Amino acid sequence: MNRSTSSPTTEPRWLRRLLIGAALAFIAFFLLLPLAAVFVEALRHGLDAYLNALREPDALAALKLTLLVAGIAVPLNLVFGVSAAWLISKHDFRGKALLVTLIDLPFSVSPVVSGLVYVLVFGAQGWFGPWLIEHDIRIIFAVPGLVLATVFVTFPFVARELIPLMQEQGRDDELAALTLGASGFQTFLRVTLPNIRFGLLYGVLLCNARAIGEFGAVSVVSGHIRGLTNTLPLHVEILYNEYDFVSAFAVATLLAMLALLTLGLKALLEWRHGHQLAARARH
Amino acid sequence: MQIRIQHLEKHYGRYAALRGVDLDIRSGELIALLGPSGSGKTTLLRAIAGLETVDGGRIRFGDRDATTLSVQERRVGFVFQHYALFRHMRVLDNVAFGLDCRPRRDRPARAEIERRALDLLTRVQLADLRDRLPDQLSGGQRQRVALARAMAIDPTVLLLDEPFGALDAKVRVELRRWLREIHDATGYTTVFVTHDQDEALELADRVVVMNAGRIEQIGTPDEIYTQPATPFVFDFVGRSNRLRGRIDQGRFRPDGQTRSWALPEPLADGPAQLFVRPHDLRLDARDDGLDAVVHQVRRRADRHVLSVQVAGQDTPFDLDLPVHADAEVPAPGARLQVGATRYRVFATA
Amino acid sequence: MSAVLDLDTTTNAPPPASRARRVMPGFGLTLGYSVAWLSLIVLIPLAGVFIKTSELGFDGLLRVWTDARVLAALQLSFGTAFVAGAFNALAGTLVAWVLVRYEFPGRRMIDGLIDLPFALPTAVAGIALTALYAGNGWVGQWLTPLGIKVAYAPLGIIVALVFVGLPFVVRTLQPVLAEARVELEEAAATLGATRLQTLRKVLLPTLYPAMLTGFALAFARGVGEYGSVIFIAGNLPRVTEIAPLLIVIKLEEFDYAGATAVAAAMLLLSFVLLFAINLLQAFAARRAGRVR
Repeated sequence: MNRSTSSPTTEPRWLRRLLIGAALAFIAFFLLLPLAAVFVEALRHGLDAYLNALREPDALAALKLTLLVAGIAVPLNLVFGVSAAWLISKHDFRGKALLVTLIDLPFSVSPVVSGLVYVLVFGAQGWFGPWLIEHDIRIIFAVPGLVLATVFVTFPFVARELIPLMQEQGRDDELAALTLGASGFQTFLRVTLPNIRFGLLYGVLLCNARAIGEFGAVSVVSGHIRGLTNTLPLHVEILYNEYDFVSAFAVATLLAMLALLTLGLKALLEWRHGHQLAARARH
Repeated sequence: MQIRIQHLEKHYGRYAALRGVDLDIRSGELIALLGPSGSGKTTLLRAIAGLETVDGGRIRFGDRDATTLSVQERRVGFVFQHYALFRHMRVLDNVAFGLDCRPRRDRPARAEIERRALDLLTRVQLADLRDRLPDQLSGGQRQRVALARAMAIDPTVLLLDEPFGALDAKVRVELRRWLREIHDATGYTTVFVTHDQDEALELADRVVVMNAGRIEQIGTPDEIYTQPATPFVFDFVGRSNRLRGRIDQGRFRPDGQTRSWALPEPLADGPAQLFVRPHDLRLDARDDGLDAVVHQVRRRADRHVLSVQVAGQDTPFDLDLPVHADAEVPAPGARLQVGATRYRVFATA
Repeated sequence: MSAVLDLDTTTNAPPPASRARRVMPGFGLTLGYSVAWLSLIVLIPLAGVFIKTSELGFDGLLRVWTDARVLAALQLSFGTAFVAGAFNALAGTLVAWVLVRYEFPGRRMIDGLIDLPFALPTAVAGIALTALYAGNGWVGQWLTPLGIKVAYAPLGIIVALVFVGLPFVVRTLQPVLAEARVELEEAAATLGATRLQTLRKVLLPTLYPAMLTGFALAFARGVGEYGSVIFIAGNLPRVTEIAPLLIVIKLEEFDYAGATAVAAAMLLLSFVLLFAINLLQAFAARRAGRVR
């Protein structure tokens, strides 16, 4: 008999191969091809052109600004994330479910709207616009606006990673520390923080990637002033719209490499410390 | 340290976890809180520790009112059911944690802290494992580290929540004896929670039986087993049979029977129930035996258990028959007279 | 007052302790900080959208919402997001299935790559996709002779949204597939079901709720997506102009009220749709529960 009995819980080999092939083709076409395009387009006119594009003062200014904005926004969200996760995982109170939902709210708002809300509050025609102009304080079309918009779009990242992790870990460790005489602050620093350090790192990693790459929200509040309020993603757009494709893609490779680095670190964290992360967070 | 608990109340929303609990614990005593799940025993333990706030009543540690003290101020040694060892700290650092957290003026020098932690680890026979992480220990070893950690702060009282619940049967029995030894050597007032009656009866000086947020009985293991104060205790601790009937002119007459039994202590006339242990029933009854039919015979290692149907009662009885090589075991269907050497009667509410 | 106290004095119990009712520290601090920060950064600014919208009045609002250009943009954003979400629901399920169920070389690396759209800045994705699908691009040059126009057409928007939305479906389905118990499939097989019947009647119904969740997440993201779309869309008013872009254009014209009205329409429509999807999901979960 040449009919092989197939396992009851899997598909025949030919079907398995077909499905794997289809999935891989889909991923190659939709994920790998665009990634490859970034690097190929950037090097279209050779390595020198590529490196020259990266040495442009405007590109360097954009890089600095991007790091500055992320450097402010990420710590702010880190503090909030830890605070919210402590509140939600270690305490019982009414309205907890509502609070969790509200923390996630920025994920369901268009990035453009995330920028718009700050224009409405701080813009020239906004609530505080006249007062700000009077006192010569610039928020919109300036660095504070970029930071605010970035904080908004990356708001839930750290909290979302920590809340399920700290809920899984329970409260016994903290209570044990308290019975042993530790103060609240000692308990957090010496017991909770070591327990969540990898989850925290994971959340910060994702938060940082989004903070650096954010485009829509930042675009609305930036004003696109070259060398002043242009982050890297915005600089890519300007170069592209000026038909300076090589430069646009050259700057884009920086962002793409950062994305790959993020994915690598993320995979490393999942591999080495998977048990100390919340059951695979979705973002 | 003597601990006095007065009329403790605790509610979770509309659910009453403790309904007026009074308990005096003598200094140096080893006390078991025994009861089914949901009886309030863990809540009581956590209330003593200050891990739960209470809605009414007082807790005194010696002369001091501890009701409003914070958990840190109470300085209790609490051993959690799953130990709650700090995973990122070495065993030695776990034990040293309490001393390490003291404010600077009360904190011993680092060397002194390490010496004391090591002393405790030696006491629980784990000095060799001081540099291990908790994940590298067996369940029984973790339990001992947790106990050493709790003792490191020189606690006013040791509180253990289901201390043997997470261990396998063999380790559990070993650790029981070992806990008793530690208790006798250190003299700490100790309270532990358990749902295992063997554990409570074997280990404790006194057993507190709890049910539905109340204390049913406080007594030595012997008292709890031989003189259960309530139907619940009789039913919950050890095996028991129940006969329904009435008290009539100072004697208990089971439903459906003509004969009646004397009351161990006087009770008013009215509906009542009689509790009796399987090993306190006899087949060699004289003229006051109850009419019964053997329903089933089950063989155990050291005895036969006869399931007998007493006429007029709705559920069958268990009766222990010691195994003798020459004794004849009644067969199912046989008619017998059942008597009892020791029993207890409670009026039915 | 005294009557209330009398109840307690009978049992000689003190009134409840007046100190903090919590054993775990930090409640007041973290509650205060979290709620204040959430309000300042998210809630109050978002409320601004609705306050600004109400300034338009009903007539003004209706005028914006019925404007042909606005209607076309909303239709385009929701339509393309729906198509891309549906496509992702199917393709993403296939990918998740293959990644969870089958072993093949490079599986871990592919699995890590799934998150690329989360990590890659949208503007980078946008220009890369445009370069690929433009008439002279790697892919575009093969499609143009066939009469298929992707870049600068609605199809291009869908391609960008498929890229952006893929991880939502895959990451939602993976844990569900990983947890699906093999015993269920074995049980079905012992009861005489063919593999196809098992898949259709036992396994797939347990996946529907997760597929819907993944779809909803991808859809919500697609509706609001900006960076990856504007490069490939062409941005022709009424043809390939998405709603978020229209908001930006209105802002650049200093038409704050108009921009806000479009934003409010997006928020409301998304809310209604997600609510409907939630209902559908509850229904699917109940059905899946019944099958199980």
